[in-house]
Amino acid sequence: MRAITWRGVNEIGVEDVPDPTILDPGDIVLEVGLSVTCGSDLHLMGGYIPAMRAGDVLGHEFMGTVAEVGPAVTRHRVGDRVVVVSFIGCGQCWYCRQGLWSLCDNGNPNPGMTEALWGQSIGGCFGYSHALGGYAGSHARYIRVPHADHGAFTIPDGVSDERALFASDAAPTGWTGADQAGVQAGDVVAVWGAGGVGQMAARKAMLMGAERVVVVDRLDNRLEQVRTHIGAETLDYEQVDVLAELREMTGGRGPDVCIEAVGMEAHGTGVQHVYDQVKQQLRLQSDRPTAVREAIHACRKGGTVFTLGVFGGLVDKFPLGAVMNKALTLRGAQQHGQRYVPEILDLMDSGEVRTEHLATHVMSLEQGPEGYRMFKEKEDGCVRAVFKPAG
Amino acid sequence: MATDTLTYLAGAVVGRVRSLVDPTGSASATAGRTAAGWLAVTVLRDPGDVDLASLPAPLAEFGHRIEVRADPAPAGKGTELRARLRDRRPPGPAPARLAGADPEADLRSALRRAKQLLEVGAVLTVDPVPHGRRTATPGGALLEAWTRGAAGAGVR
Ligand SMILES: NC(=O)c1ccc[n+]([C@@H]2O[C@H](COP(=O)([O-])OP(=O)(O)OC[C@H]3O[C@@H](n4cnc5c(N)ncnc54)[C@H](O)[C@@H]3O)[C@@H](O)[C@H]2O)c1
Ligand SMILES: [Zn+2]
Ligand SMILES: [Zn+2]
Repeated sequence: MRAITWRGVNEIGVEDVPDPTILDPGDIVLEVGLSVTCGSDLHLMGGYIPAMRAGDVLGHEFMGTVAEVGPAVTRHRVGDRVVVVSFIGCGQCWYCRQGLWSLCDNGNPNPGMTEALWGQSIGGCFGYSHALGGYAGSHARYIRVPHADHGAFTIPDGVSDERALFASDAAPTGWTGADQAGVQAGDVVAVWGAGGVGQMAARKAMLMGAERVVVVDRLDNRLEQVRTHIGAETLDYEQVDVLAELREMTGGRGPDVCIEAVGMEAHGTGVQHVYDQVKQQLRLQSDRPTAVREAIHACRKGGTVFTLGVFGGLVDKFPLGAVMNKALTLRGAQQHGQRYVPEILDLMDSGEVRTEHLATHVMSLEQGPEGYRMFKEKEDGCVRAVFKPAG
Repeated sequence: MATDTLTYLAGAVVGRVRSLVDPTGSASATAGRTAAGWLAVTVLRDPGDVDLASLPAPLAEFGHRIEVRADPAPAGKGTELRARLRDRRPPGPAPARLAGADPEADLRSALRRAKQLLEVGAVLTVDPVPHGRRTATPGGALLEAWTRGAAGAGVR
């Protein structure tokens, strides 16, 4: 079958790879309907997560039709239209039972790598490097889905493929951020990053009763999407002083909850940015934490800062003094989708969550390299490049 | 380059990163291992379900080469399963341990598989993974070596 692969730093290919098969009784093989680029892929592309090998199939956000089921699968049949969570959870370990699915103890066959880096390993993810299990990704005609009774969800008839697709990763990631940050009715919530993840975090914060939700970015078309499709307010950090605006908007307090949805390649300005870029390129720090620093400064005393953006290792010039003295709660997570997808699909069905606008560019697998280039450069207003393996 | 060298190198790279966060991690050859030499995992099963007389295959294969203990974990977290080699040679240096190339790597991997068998009933199969052409790059070889050791690598 054809698949989009990682070939090297900033080198994306399209090539023939073997078809997947059922390997365990709990597996399904899915015929991929739609599979989409995620901001997380950019960190792989750029070589910031160095556990990729040439030939690895990319993609972890996808939906499709069940083509084959293993003998132990009870919730799915051949022909079902399903969306699959990007993280693989066994459903039986303590973390899965707590609803902390991306922390699954049994989902990553290479736990040594992340255990060595972080002290504990986390779960496995499709198409996301050998450090997270080495599973093949979804930018292909077919994909094998282990533990399918836990990770695959039947899509309601009224929900289109284009909408359901984002119940795989972007929406549950936003849900994880707003929910785990403990947004309360009446809160003011600020979100850094107006990509798919930031938009979905903003939407969930609104649904949780936040009084005001403000999204920070610099890309006009994305901020426009936030205002029209999500219904949140926006700040363009190249036009205004974000910290001053947020302080003024909150009567001098600062937002109750600050959600960072930018990640390790944050864009920045001035001396701080040059410093971070040089250090990152010399591998003296693995991540550029520009937006996290700003979120920590903006947050009200006793508030919560949540990092949804992906970071791999070490950061520099971290404002720990502000965290400690302002009594902040600092949290982060990879998404716990298995816990949120049923609610998201219901809300998609009732029209309260709409995501089609994120799919700005729909392409064939053969256009993989072009799609990734456009997504990376945010060319032509690209918010997400969506691949349709059937052409 | 021989696989052993590659594996060692891969571990050394992580070892360096870790030493930045955890200065004790590479301070001495024995750092990172308890004096008693137990390796441990917590299994979400009642202590009554963890029968030391009929251990899961990955641990049973060690026969008399290992000692095994099971204790209740607090707060409903299940059972703490510990194993150690009877013949405890000096543990490998930190980079080897992080690359899964130390004397305890097989036991570490066996403990993890035993946990999965007790919790899920089977060990997840991963290979064969569909992939495209593997071109030879130094980074790729390093990563391949590291991946090979990764099931037995770690800090536990
Ligand atoms: N936690 C999870 O499970 C999970 C899941 C998916 C994605 N992610 C991560 O979330 C992050 C966002 O993902 P995405 O798909 O929306 O990515 P994206 O690249 O589409 O969007 C990132 C946005 O951040 C903006 N940005 C860059 N620097 C900024 C700054 N200093 N201040 C404010 N905005 C800034 C960019 O302009 C862009 O619009 C990535 O790091 C991704 O890896 C995490
Ligand atoms: Zn993602
Ligand atoms: Zn689990």
